[in-house]
Amino acid sequence: MAVVFQGIGATAALTSATSVDSKKLYILSRRLVSETKSTFMVVRSDGRLNSGSNRRAQKLITNAVATKADSSPATKPGHELLLFEALREGLEEEMERDARVCVMGEDVGHYGGSYKVTKDLANKYGDLRVLDTPIAENSFTGMAIGAAMTGLRPIVEGMNMGFLLLAFNQISNNCGMLHYTSGGQFTIPVVIRGPGGVGRQLGAEHSQRLESYFQSIPGIQMVACSTPYNAKGLMKAAIRSENPVILFEHVLLYNLKERIPDEEYILNLEEAEMVRPGEHITILTYSRMRYHVMQAAKTLVNKGYDPEVIDIRSLKPFDLHTIGNSVKKTHRVLIVEECMRTGGIGASLTAAINEYFHDYLDAPVVCLSSQDVPTPYAGTLEEWTVVQPTQIVTAVEQLCR
Amino acid sequence: MTAAATKIIQPLPLNFTNTTPRSPDKALFHPLKTTPSSSFPASTHKLRLTKPNSTLARRRSTAVFAVSDVVQEKKPKSNTFHPNLLITKEEGLELYEDMILGRSFEDMCAQMYYRGKMFGFVHLYNGQEAVSTGFIKLLKNEDCIVSTYRDHVHALSKGVPARAVMSELFGKTTGCCRGQGGSMHMFSKEHNVLGGFAFIGEGIPVATGAAFTSKYRREVLKEGDCDHVTLAFFGDGTCNNGQFFECLNMAALWKLPIVFVVENNLWAIGMSHLRATSDPEIWKKGPAFGMPGVHVDGMDVLKVREVAKEAINRARRGEGPTLVECETYRFRGHSLADPDELRDPSEKAHYAARDPITALKKYMVENNLVSEAELKAIEKKIDEVVEEAVEFADISPHPGRSQLLENVFADPRGFGIGPDGKYRCEDPKFTEGTAHV
Repeated sequence: MAVVFQGIGATAALTSATSVDSKKLYILSRRLVSETKSTFMVVRSDGRLNSGSNRRAQKLITNAVATKADSSPATKPGHELLLFEALREGLEEEMERDARVCVMGEDVGHYGGSYKVTKDLANKYGDLRVLDTPIAENSFTGMAIGAAMTGLRPIVEGMNMGFLLLAFNQISNNCGMLHYTSGGQFTIPVVIRGPGGVGRQLGAEHSQRLESYFQSIPGIQMVACSTPYNAKGLMKAAIRSENPVILFEHVLLYNLKERIPDEEYILNLEEAEMVRPGEHITILTYSRMRYHVMQAAKTLVNKGYDPEVIDIRSLKPFDLHTIGNSVKKTHRVLIVEECMRTGGIGASLTAAINEYFHDYLDAPVVCLSSQDVPTPYAGTLEEWTVVQPTQIVTAVEQLCR
Repeated sequence: MTAAATKIIQPLPLNFTNTTPRSPDKALFHPLKTTPSSSFPASTHKLRLTKPNSTLARRRSTAVFAVSDVVQEKKPKSNTFHPNLLITKEEGLELYEDMILGRSFEDMCAQMYYRGKMFGFVHLYNGQEAVSTGFIKLLKNEDCIVSTYRDHVHALSKGVPARAVMSELFGKTTGCCRGQGGSMHMFSKEHNVLGGFAFIGEGIPVATGAAFTSKYRREVLKEGDCDHVTLAFFGDGTCNNGQFFECLNMAALWKLPIVFVVENNLWAIGMSHLRATSDPEIWKKGPAFGMPGVHVDGMDVLKVREVAKEAINRARRGEGPTLVECETYRFRGHSLADPDELRDPSEKAHYAARDPITALKKYMVENNLVSEAELKAIEKKIDEVVEEAVEFADISPHPGRSQLLENVFADPRGFGIGPDGKYRCEDPKFTEGTAHV
């Protein structure tokens, strides 16, 4: 918990600090990603792909620029921003709209948030609406729940998702249950959000994925954002929802750039996002793995495959309609996730697909997840714990034989 | 720590025995340690007169120190004017009725449990009524309370009808939580009872949140007259839990309008407080966090009420939280499943002799506030209320299957979209409780 992030995000800080290492890793990653030279995908919101130039020696896309020239429904060109700015924009719009919306967390106020999602909001809305809490996750999460029960709409920021393990008592016992045990008398419209996932050598405890731990809790919803567009939309939807929502962000995605509409928009919390329509195989993914999948998709397209990529976005509940339609079309499913293998989101999704769509499958559901190891510090080992694009390509080739 | 940090009020040391010249801004408590041999507050040799020209016609016993005189006592409404007593006749009857209700209700719960009408863990409050009545009867409806699993009497004191609580215990759909909460989860939105928590310490952050809302409404939403106070009730065992300390810190830091009420009954199931706690004097933990810590005889409803008045008014004035340790005792075991073999019979006898109901009765009768007949009438009335509650609970229906999936989500779209493209909650089977979710 003593990690302090300067600057606008972990990736920027770590890049500058480890520039020599990153070059080595870049060379290594180039070997792993066999064919693609520009390891950099542009993901358009309508699912089409463009490739762009790689500006930084990083194995992950951090500067994806999407333009919405052709098929955009918006009449205005929109504005470009980074993902953390999109989150802040969504948050600010909701705080403007409803005075009961408030933020609580460590360093959200004067510091502006460890990933700058709440930057300047304390100046605008005051120290009570953007509350700097002491380091007491269990208690301030409980406090947010109590505030939600009595009429406010708090957003709890976990400085790192892993810290919310300390708040598990409150999230499981109170957040998920109180609406039910009170017979429907009290609602808990709380949003719990924070960055998680495997970053750049952040070590085991800061690289945790909590989706699997929370998914069994009845009474909560979980969503994961992956682009600035859906980050803003999901943030707004989560705040407006009467249910408790856990919004999973990823440490390495905060600097993604995209052009988003100027008009106000809200996304549906329970729906999945079609990233790339296809015919041969359904690839289900979320959060950062979306980008590894799209990277692999480029290779696959070159090899003649036509993958359909869906960002499931809603981790609990699953959008079985979008997923089902896709399975019915392609008959093959590959799940790519960063969650742990055992009891993860992929495991649940596999079970759900087998239960509902077994008749439509031509091959068993394959699930690529992170290794069941505590994330190692060493860069090479860390890379092997998460799913890499080459593994995705291999899996698709095997499934589509 | 910013410059706008709260001013830490340092409580005065333990041995201070004189009343200070009162300054409303710095109203402080002194720890009130009553010896086991102390008598009920009305014994004349311990009374100290207030200023003769004071409009507050009340006496205080020497057991209560340095209570701010900002508290406005309502003028006694009874025909006979009793300048020496702590309560009026109306107040006395209200307190008595509330404690009798608590006691009778809990006794009936025990009967019903052994007759198989309720199951699970049931924790009874016998013996501790003074704390619940002493505090909660001072609250407005908009004030919130949070309790633990020993919550029946807190809910009753706050105004939840006995029939609703009994129904809930029977697991009937007419219960205050539709039968979905049970003994340990009493909630009432109408009466602002925020639960009812099964794990100890869980409710304290929730109470802190309710107090935060009160402050937020006053300062951010500009509802200037919002002075709602929250009371958090919990036991001695909870005072070793992290959530307790974390919330003491936050409440004092932001001066939240909350009173932390410790019902120290010396036992956490079978664990003696003295065996579990390095420093057993819980009230001392308040000043460590910058709030007054008070110890009060929790078997004496009038003493509790005096302390509660000050703590609640402190919170209402925006001066922040108070930690009140009530020395009390539960006459029964931890729960109805507890054989209660560990506690020393002489300890039980000692506290049984200090039964709060008997004590209040004695006080009121000796001071000619009420007659025995009036008290008997109250007891009869309460008997009827409790019997009616049982009858009501008996004839109430059990929850149907359709109730299974309701209330899981406030917005049932949270169950997601099914394979057919429709929301699960739109499935007709959802309202029947048989939908696949």
